[in-house]
Amino acid sequence: MQLDEFFVTGEPLIYAGMVSIALVTISILFFLTYYKKWGWLWREWLTTVDHKKIGIMYILSALAMLFRGGVDAMMMRTQLAFPNMNFLNAQHYDEIFTTHGTVMIIFMAMPFLIGLMNFVVPLQIGARDVAFPYLNALSFWSFLFGAMLFNISFVIGGSPDAGWTSYTPLAGAAMSPGPGQNFYLLGLQLSGIGTLATGINFMVTILKMRAPKMRMFQMPIFTWSTLITSFIIVFAFPILTVALALMTLDRVFGAQFFTLTGEGMPMMWANLFWMWGHPEVYIVILPAFGIFSEVISAFARKQLFGYKAMVWAIILIAGLSFLVWVHHFFTMGAGAFVNSVFSISTMLIAVPTGVKIFNWLGTLYKSKINNTVAMMWALAFIPSFVIGGVTGVMLGMASADYQFHNTYFLVAHFHYVLIAGTVFACFSGLVFWYPKMFGHKLNERLGRWSFWFFVIGFHVCFFPQYFVGLDGMPRRVFTIIPEWMPLNVISTVGAFGMGAGFAIFVFTILYSYRYSEREKTGDSWDNGRTLEWATPTPVPFYNFATLPHIDSQDAYVKLKQEGKTTFEEDKVEPIHMPSNTGQPFIMMAFMFIAGFGLVFEWMWMAIGGLLAVFVMMVIRSFDYDEGFHVEVDEIKRTERSARRL
Amino acid sequence: MTDHKKRIPTQHIIGFFLSITLTLVAAWAALQSDLSVRWIIIGIMALAIIQAGIQLFMFMHVVEPESQGGHIPWNMMFHGGVLATILVAGSLFTMSFGFSHDHDGDGHNQQEQQEEHSEMEDSTEHSGH
Repeated sequence: MQLDEFFVTGEPLIYAGMVSIALVTISILFFLTYYKKWGWLWREWLTTVDHKKIGIMYILSALAMLFRGGVDAMMMRTQLAFPNMNFLNAQHYDEIFTTHGTVMIIFMAMPFLIGLMNFVVPLQIGARDVAFPYLNALSFWSFLFGAMLFNISFVIGGSPDAGWTSYTPLAGAAMSPGPGQNFYLLGLQLSGIGTLATGINFMVTILKMRAPKMRMFQMPIFTWSTLITSFIIVFAFPILTVALALMTLDRVFGAQFFTLTGEGMPMMWANLFWMWGHPEVYIVILPAFGIFSEVISAFARKQLFGYKAMVWAIILIAGLSFLVWVHHFFTMGAGAFVNSVFSISTMLIAVPTGVKIFNWLGTLYKSKINNTVAMMWALAFIPSFVIGGVTGVMLGMASADYQFHNTYFLVAHFHYVLIAGTVFACFSGLVFWYPKMFGHKLNERLGRWSFWFFVIGFHVCFFPQYFVGLDGMPRRVFTIIPEWMPLNVISTVGAFGMGAGFAIFVFTILYSYRYSEREKTGDSWDNGRTLEWATPTPVPFYNFATLPHIDSQDAYVKLKQEGKTTFEEDKVEPIHMPSNTGQPFIMMAFMFIAGFGLVFEWMWMAIGGLLAVFVMMVIRSFDYDEGFHVEVDEIKRTERSARRL
Repeated sequence: MTDHKKRIPTQHIIGFFLSITLTLVAAWAALQSDLSVRWIIIGIMALAIIQAGIQLFMFMHVVEPESQGGHIPWNMMFHGGVLATILVAGSLFTMSFGFSHDHDGDGHNQQEQQEEHSEMEDSTEHSGH
């Protein structure tokens, strides 16, 4: 292979991308070396098994991916602003909408939420780490290496261009030759390992590691939504794994599962993809619901209204999520009966979702609202998400869907649910738990600016898209006709408003790191209700010196009333903690090498990489490291200084 | 804290070699033996059931008191079974039910989606027969 086939050539934007990647890499290497931070990086981060640090790494990576996906989005909006724009050509535009969708769902939304789960859930249930800390580190590194494998595609080998759904036959070897589509398959496969492992990890953590006497129906609602999400992950991700493996066999080894020739069945890909894909959208929305519930009840200063109804609604939504996948391809040509069945199951989902909306309103009703930035994101979510939900029911009517299918009406709908649901929740949750993570709050004044820019920008961007969709503008076109111009110009302005909102958010992080007052107590917002606020800030690495007995929902409210803490000095015992290890990082680095080899179909590299992974597994199997004990003296010292006793 | 009484997990090693042996026997039956197709299928099914049993009892904690006498694994297996049923029955339902094989059919769906439909029909026919 020639070097000019290996690197993507001929696009000024991509040359700029290469230069900026090189510059950023060089400057990171320079700073790490200059400030002698290599040891720190290895000891504190690359080898950590601490759920709090892993959560923070997930969130930082997700923010980087949000930036990347956001730049993709703004490039697309620039190209679509006016008819006959020559900013991006058709091929480049196709690659960008493909990477935008994939990055935003797989490498932004999920890791962001998993990062929040990692940080918050063990603290909420009174656990000292997740059930399998080693596996948790492995999950993170498999996600990060998977994301890197997918992201390098735009400078090396060329990006996939068949849409984030990668429908066959378009995505098959015959119509998409070259490594591009392989990056999609292997990148998702690699990060999928981590997601599945995370699902198992949290399932076990929540079922087995709750504080003494905490019953299931006393768990905080975010923990509940994480538990249900873990179940969906464990049941849905194997379908994606198999579908990706089948397409990899098709493309790399010449099998014929989804091809047009050789008795393949292209629509089976769509069928399998959405059997995973529909539960997937609930994987990214249910934790978001959990975050909003926590934030709303904290800042409405009330117990969550209809807690049990909330839990059952989540369970019901999770069950129904496996029964609606056909609504993504009503127009495939299945009979009216098939479409009717899935039309009805789709509309049924609106029922438990509606229950949740009314429960949030019920919590807010007659409460004394504390209007912080985290709360503002939650309040903006309710009406915005309802618009997305109502248009979703419209799309769920099979006959009407023949009109809406693949138009901007659909694009507007799923951005309304995914941004107003998931992205608002990520911002809300990050602002809410930020003081727990970093020991200082985000600046509220700047937070409001970023909130208003983002939310107004969001509506300005996506509301017109419903109408341009009804005017017949299809999705995934790289150029528009003059009739669609006015609404598209408005939409582009909105997209840049969201970009500004994100930029202010990043600036807020930097500004607050420098100027925000440091936290003195663990209960940063003064109205924390759940156990994570009972820990001191910064949270000691073992989380809880002593575990409180839980006998009510909103455990911390009760503790505060009784004047108890998670540090009862006479009850402190040595705490067993897991040791740090570099194995997960190394194992997944080899997995990355194997994946890269398969992308370019260099079998020596793929086999070598997999053998190295196997060697790492053997090493792990004979690893008898059982962790270490934190002595009572050290716990007392840590707690006294953290609690200023 | 967990106390490893045995450094070598005998049961797991026996289970591991048993499952590899069963896999080799199945591969031999399919590739090398002179059995008729019917007996190969029956034989492989039988081996699969034994294999599943080994996995469940030797590796997957179905009988341990910690898993409440197998309550949790059975629960998960039940839900896994439900999902597998949805997957197989749902795919058959979706991918084959209601497709008209008659090109002059009266279904208006089919007329609107003539191109996609004829493409689909090919593939369903292939897989169906």
